[in-house]
Amino acid sequence: MLGSFAVLRKQSLLGDAISHAALPGIAIAFLITGAKDSNVLLLGALVSGLIGTFWIRGIISKTHLKSDTALGLILSLFFGFGMLLLTFIQKQPNANQAGLDKYLFGQAATLIESDVWMMAIVTGICLFVLLLFWKEFKILLFDADYTKTLGFNTKFIDILITTFIVLAIVLGLQTVGVVLMSAMLLAPAAAARQWTNSLSVMVFLAAIFGAFSGVFGTAISATQNNLSTGPVIVIVASVFVLFSFVFSPSRGLLFKQIRFIKNRRDLQLHKTLAFMYNIVESHENISHPHAIKILNNFQGYTKGTLQKLVSKNYVTLEGSMWSLTEEGFKTASNLYSQQNDNNE
Amino acid sequence: MSTQIAVKVDDLTVAYNYKPVLWDIDLEIPEGVLMAIVGPNGAGKSTLIKSILGILKPIAGSVSIYDKPYEDQRQLVAYVPQKGSVDWDFPTTALDVVMMGTYGSLGWIKRPGQKQKKAALEALEKVGMLPFKNRQISQLSGGQQQRIFLARALVQNASIYFMDEPFQGVDATTEIAIINILKELRKAGKTVIVVHHDLQTVPEYFDWVTFLNVKKIATGPVKDIFNDDNLTKTYGINYKVSIQE
Repeated sequence: MLGSFAVLRKQSLLGDAISHAALPGIAIAFLITGAKDSNVLLLGALVSGLIGTFWIRGIISKTHLKSDTALGLILSLFFGFGMLLLTFIQKQPNANQAGLDKYLFGQAATLIESDVWMMAIVTGICLFVLLLFWKEFKILLFDADYTKTLGFNTKFIDILITTFIVLAIVLGLQTVGVVLMSAMLLAPAAAARQWTNSLSVMVFLAAIFGAFSGVFGTAISATQNNLSTGPVIVIVASVFVLFSFVFSPSRGLLFKQIRFIKNRRDLQLHKTLAFMYNIVESHENISHPHAIKILNNFQGYTKGTLQKLVSKNYVTLEGSMWSLTEEGFKTASNLYSQQNDNNE
Repeated sequence: MSTQIAVKVDDLTVAYNYKPVLWDIDLEIPEGVLMAIVGPNGAGKSTLIKSILGILKPIAGSVSIYDKPYEDQRQLVAYVPQKGSVDWDFPTTALDVVMMGTYGSLGWIKRPGQKQKKAALEALEKVGMLPFKNRQISQLSGGQQQRIFLARALVQNASIYFMDEPFQGVDATTEIAIINILKELRKAGKTVIVVHHDLQTVPEYFDWVTFLNVKKIATGPVKDIFNDDNLTKTYGINYKVSIQE
């Protein structure tokens, strides 16, 4: 759901950076408390995720570095630091340390009821804020400079969106893990974008795709013993994306190709018809027969196109001769205006 | 012409890193003029508009609108950004974009309602884009996108309009349509400030002009100051242009 905003901001990698940046937070939270209470660990993740995000912003605005450079830098720095802490923790004589690395790849089975409640509540808050500031989010995403001139505090809206993206990522960490979390954020949004041209529908679809991948992914992994849930969820989400890329009616590859081929055929047909029209124009009787051969002298025709013209009642064939029908003549004379209509 | 000053800029200096982009600009724009800002690439034309509107932070200087700080007068000012500044593949419709012009007067959280929709439709009508209101914005031509931006500013019903190259990449028909709207705005007593590139059309379209090249070269009525002397000072080379009377 919130992924829609990340995708539209062209900051898709931000999700990746944030989820990696959350890792040292988890480790530090564990080091401080020495316990594996997931709420505390996630709080740590939230704090370090936010720190990472604002460092990225700082780097982008204060230096000449491009945003992808800044993202990559912070991502590897925080992830490296997180791994360092994790290995350090593993050497500690603390029985609790086992299983902390589940945050790397996620493990839905470790979720307990309180975690689920926590997720539900935070999702509810996200939804509420999203609806409340819908107008502001939308205009900021579309045209930030303009938003500023209208008197909105763009920094505040920006921080709000970013905070909620970070929150969503941190929540997902337990299920999907640091490495795969960004796919979970982006895949539903990318899939949803293929199906719609409206922001509200896109966000709604993204939420549905996300939920379905979660449910299906869990179901599939439950049927087999050795499938871990997180990766399966991500794969299911990716299937949604793939499906959307190919099959969406307006942006999908399949329909684009079909339309392309169809247009080309139609044009070929029109070309032949227009040519016939030119020949016929010089005769008084429009149905005066002409040899098929003369079409070939000037431009190619195929038997297919001729057949099609016949089946549309534009042309009649008799042996090696063709003649234009009344209807064909009319169609041909309207051809150019018609083509303009088609373009509309 | 009224002598009231609509926009007053004092000692405005803007720099990217160490390089000054605008240097000590003083500018007074009287109410009710249709003004062009001209100058070579990199002269700071867009920067001037953006810093007047508070999008960029100047190093020094102040801006006042009708004798009050800009921050208190935002609702009097509308902005038409460069067309290329936004992602036109954004999932929204023409009408939706125009509706954004009403967000400022709505303020936080409140949703646009029937009244806002009506205003947006009227603005679309004015720019001749009503038939395209439900069109996805990526499917509009460059000229149509520019008109949508103009309509969004019209909805704001402001007194002062700032436009960043509204004629960039539009065909002759759209250009005429836009300039007619601008002239109408002036007739209604509004002040319109346009970043402009085509020197040939300055005398025809505008009645006031500002020459800018990092520093302000000159500002005043077109018939008084639009001459070879100022053009040469602004563009550096001996720029000859014939001024139609």
